[in-house]
Amino acid sequence: MRVPVEWLRELAHVDSHVRGKDVSETLVRVGLEDEGVHGGGVGGPLVIGRVLTLEPEPQRNGRTINWCTVDVGQANGTGEPQGIVCGAHNFGVGDHVVVVLPGGTLPTPDGSFQVTARRTYGHVSAGMICSERELGLGDDHTGIIVLEHRLADEPDVLAALVPGEDAIALLGLDHEVVEVTVTPDRGYCLSMRGIAREYALATGAPFDDPAGIPVAARNDSGYAVRLADEAPIRGRAGCDRFVARVVRGVDASSASPSWMRRRLIDVGMRPISLAVDVTNYVMMLLGQPLHAYDLDSLSGEIVVRRARAGERLTTLDGVERHLDGEDLLITDGGDVVLGLAGVMGGASSEVSSTTRNVLVEAAHFDAVTVARTSRRHRLVSEASKRFERGVDPAVADRAAQLACDLLVRYGGGTLDDGVTDVGEVARRDAIAFDVGLPTAYVGLEYPRGEVVATLRAVGCEVVDREGQVVDVRPPTWRPDLVDGPDLVEEVARVRGYAEIPSVLPRAVGGRGLTHGQRVRRLVAQTLAQQGLVEVLSYPFVGDELFDRLGYAVDDPRRNTVRLANPLQDEAPLMRTSVLDTLLDTLRRNVARGARDLALYEIGLVTVGRPDQPPVPIPGVEGRPADDVLASILDGVPVQPRHVALAAAGDAVPAGPWGDAQRVEASDAVAWAVELGRALGLELLLRNHSRAPFHPGRCAVVTLADGTVVGHAGELHPKVVGALGLPARTVAAELDVDVLVAATGTPVQARPLSTYPVAHTDLAVVVDDGVPAADVAAALGGGAGPQLESLTLFDVYRGDQVGEGRKSLAYRLTFRAEDRTLTTDEVSALRDSAMRAAAEAVGAVQRA
Amino acid sequence: MSGPNTSYDPVEVAALDPQAVDDAVSAALVAASSAGTLDELRAARSAHQGDRSALALANREIGALPPSAKAEAGKRVGQARGRVAAAFAARQAELEAERDERILTEEAVDLTVVPPRRRVGARHPISLVTERVEDIFVGLGWEIAEGPELESEWLNFDALNLGPDHPARQMQDTFFVEPADRSGLVLRTHTSPVQVRTMLDREPPIYVLCPGKVFRTDELDATHTPVFHQFEGLVVDEGITMAHLKGSLDVFVAMLFGAGTVTRLRPSYFPFTEPSAEIDCQCWICSGTDDSCRTCRGTGWIEVGGSGMVNRRVLTASGIDPDHYTGFAFGLGIERSLMLRHGVADMHDIVEGDVRFSTQFGMEI
Ligand SMILES: [Zn+2]
Repeated sequence: MRVPVEWLRELAHVDSHVRGKDVSETLVRVGLEDEGVHGGGVGGPLVIGRVLTLEPEPQRNGRTINWCTVDVGQANGTGEPQGIVCGAHNFGVGDHVVVVLPGGTLPTPDGSFQVTARRTYGHVSAGMICSERELGLGDDHTGIIVLEHRLADEPDVLAALVPGEDAIALLGLDHEVVEVTVTPDRGYCLSMRGIAREYALATGAPFDDPAGIPVAARNDSGYAVRLADEAPIRGRAGCDRFVARVVRGVDASSASPSWMRRRLIDVGMRPISLAVDVTNYVMMLLGQPLHAYDLDSLSGEIVVRRARAGERLTTLDGVERHLDGEDLLITDGGDVVLGLAGVMGGASSEVSSTTRNVLVEAAHFDAVTVARTSRRHRLVSEASKRFERGVDPAVADRAAQLACDLLVRYGGGTLDDGVTDVGEVARRDAIAFDVGLPTAYVGLEYPRGEVVATLRAVGCEVVDREGQVVDVRPPTWRPDLVDGPDLVEEVARVRGYAEIPSVLPRAVGGRGLTHGQRVRRLVAQTLAQQGLVEVLSYPFVGDELFDRLGYAVDDPRRNTVRLANPLQDEAPLMRTSVLDTLLDTLRRNVARGARDLALYEIGLVTVGRPDQPPVPIPGVEGRPADDVLASILDGVPVQPRHVALAAAGDAVPAGPWGDAQRVEASDAVAWAVELGRALGLELLLRNHSRAPFHPGRCAVVTLADGTVVGHAGELHPKVVGALGLPARTVAAELDVDVLVAATGTPVQARPLSTYPVAHTDLAVVVDDGVPAADVAAALGGGAGPQLESLTLFDVYRGDQVGEGRKSLAYRLTFRAEDRTLTTDEVSALRDSAMRAAAEAVGAVQRA
Repeated sequence: MSGPNTSYDPVEVAALDPQAVDDAVSAALVAASSAGTLDELRAARSAHQGDRSALALANREIGALPPSAKAEAGKRVGQARGRVAAAFAARQAELEAERDERILTEEAVDLTVVPPRRRVGARHPISLVTERVEDIFVGLGWEIAEGPELESEWLNFDALNLGPDHPARQMQDTFFVEPADRSGLVLRTHTSPVQVRTMLDREPPIYVLCPGKVFRTDELDATHTPVFHQFEGLVVDEGITMAHLKGSLDVFVAMLFGAGTVTRLRPSYFPFTEPSAEIDCQCWICSGTDDSCRTCRGTGWIEVGGSGMVNRRVLTASGIDPDHYTGFAFGLGIERSLMLRHGVADMHDIVEGDVRFSTQFGMEI
């Protein structure tokens, strides 16, 4: 909402020294949002000039410029005519124009610039003859301002123009416009009436209600209007008041007065014609949207009803709209659709330059009906914005009266005696309000007298029977005031939020972070400490990604959730793995020149289900029934938290210290294993084949009980190719929730033996296909509890072990709890380990 | 040690002559001091202290002397051998020190060549700011509550007093799950549904912070991102007031942005709170003293979030008696906090996953 300070002064007794900035601060204090102050960007000397000479001079570039001399009186200090080059051609010798002299400033989008005398087209141009746009008065830059035209309807002012006199006030350029955002609960502030009321409330200044004008009483001789809403939404009639007045014999070609045009421009509207300008002006003043019909285009009574199947309407914006049964319509005789009630009129009945007789509509439409229609047709208008937020139903007759009065005054014609005013606005119920509530809610003492006085100042009727509870009937323009806390806010904001004290509440003492929260931090910290960089990505993916990742047709990771209105049409799905989007982040980093990368991301993934049921949306009258609540909570798709990592390039670059070490699949596995160790978990590995990994370079990572934690390895070369990733990119994805569930019970400490350790080495030969993890598991099992550690220190393939075989060399470290192990005991344990490996994986001791 | 001298040799006895002993000592001292290396010293030592050296011979001859002469000769030779041994030991120490010094010099390497055997990892600053905020509130005795990002419409809107026709429900540009009119699912537009989940789940007193990822259909630009992070606070207890809201916010901003930083509340509107307030934070760069301050644009205040007293209807929908309990809630943005606190100028840097962005922050913020 743009608030011209000049207009506000008329309604709320703004002190003369108050500037736009002060108005803005005052309004912000009572709950409007500051959007800045406009205007005031023009600085003098800006003076009235009279064109003395004008010589067109054609230029080589095809343009013709005018070399002018302009009488600017004594404003230039010499009294001599001012020489100015001007590119516009809409003026002539003798015209009064507006001249900015060197030293003056003009507004620009970012501030202002200072005008100087400059050499151009072979002349010294000492200033500028101004257009509307250069002065920030409007968008018209096709010509300069000719005061004879601009002030046509103010002959007295025109006659008194003196060259050299200041033009700033004449053009209203001293007007500042304060822009504020109005929150959705304060529909009444989308009018000067509402803004002025707030200003008065904040400052204690008197407020002159512009709606306080004499109104002709309703009678039966007005234009026939029938309210015929047969399908109210949630029991609320679509229209509960409809005022119609008729003005006949208007001169539609008459211009709106310049003050009105000025104010419309100030509030951001474009002046169009007298009838339209008047309806807009009254709406901006009182907040009541109005509609002007060409009376001669109407043939029957006006009927307000819901749309019927198949009905259409071409609205004023030229769009043909298929109407819905919930749309409330204004119709001519019940059959011809004139407009969408409270949203936008149709083209057929619009006032035009030939309109002589005007019917003015001032109606009150239901907020929900208008909001739904506006949303349904994606059609937001000045009217719909106001009705959605609530319009004062009591102001309809005043608005119609004022609009007709202005039409008669500036367009001639006569106002019919008939006053149509149909419908019944229900009186609002009073709120039983505990006067102690403001103090209890805010934590600041509000005496009873202040509470009652503030509510009355806001416009409430307060019936005070001297008890703790008073009856408060909110004013007609405040549909947002419905319960006690609403009234508390009024009391608090009028006193000012600045007075609210600062008191730290004493919490009962919490449990700190949960185990899951600590685990998540540890996972992140561990990976970062191992050299990986945490990144974030948007969790949206496209349909074809799963093909590129090589998922089988029935891979459950294809079951996902689809957004109805995705950010990008090519990415409408929620990711089912973090790798889905992390790999793209890796690719982007490579595209930006990074070569050696190790990234990770922790985030949620969505487990879609083919049989996803609709999730219920119950009312909010109370806590939903247990079964309804359960189906809400259970209906939300499961979203486990995963950690994914991806790496490419070198783990250690080449340099003075030696050769480069490329990142390889085993790095991804090692990161996963280390993550487990950081959590005190010994994770197990099995070779595995799974998209999107290389079928021969993928390990499944499990808990000791076989629960799958995730997978790690090298990506499939096809995936690498399809996603444009660096060759041999490695990756892993683990389910953090599984890690959380697997930990958290206190680790029970083992006593530490201080007897010496005994080392022994053992090399075993197995088929090449036998996983090292299986060999190690067998050795560990056979060696028994005195085995302290088992370390693989060499793998050999070659002639000495034969084709298709490999030798794995382990160091076994033993220690007993209660004694020093003898050499014979250690040998026996080693032999036991060897036997177990022989049995389990066919291992043979290497000679 | 020599044994008693049994083979008396009259020629060698001459070595016991005092002059000869002195000469031997002098020669030994010269040899010791002139040895330039440990090898030379070892050779000289062998010559002057070895079995065949003059002093060794003299020592051996003492046994052959008559008892009356033994004492004096023994004393003379003993002192001589002592001086020589001391001289060689001293020179040995000198030369060893020189050698050690030389080795250390030779072993010097240029340690400014740092082999990057391990890449430096980093946390994402959004995570770091989130954890820091969490820790502040945990320190106040609050708990951290979380919930799903894909959320039911009822919890995201209706339970928060954003009915189907509420203007605010259109204001928030929401990602709906297909089929939009039936699924009853959205990507949460705020972390407020976690507040409702918490209230449905447990009885007051409730002191929780709900951080997390939220979604709005904004295009990515320098200051907006469709996927961003928030933290919301919720307190429900007996006798909770707006003063408690203000107190919690003041303590929080002082801890995150620096001691002395305070907040200012301005009346506003949110469907889930009544009364409602915008939260402005005092500019911690200029405290309002600099008209050209870029952080606060010269206003002295920075808008950081929204807050208010939990709407009675929200308490009711969550099964909490609004006549018995009151509560406050607030919500602030992590991205905005990060941008303000660390001078991040462009949202793209935060969301695009460029490792250079995370790396510059390390693991503590
Ligand atoms: Zn500042």
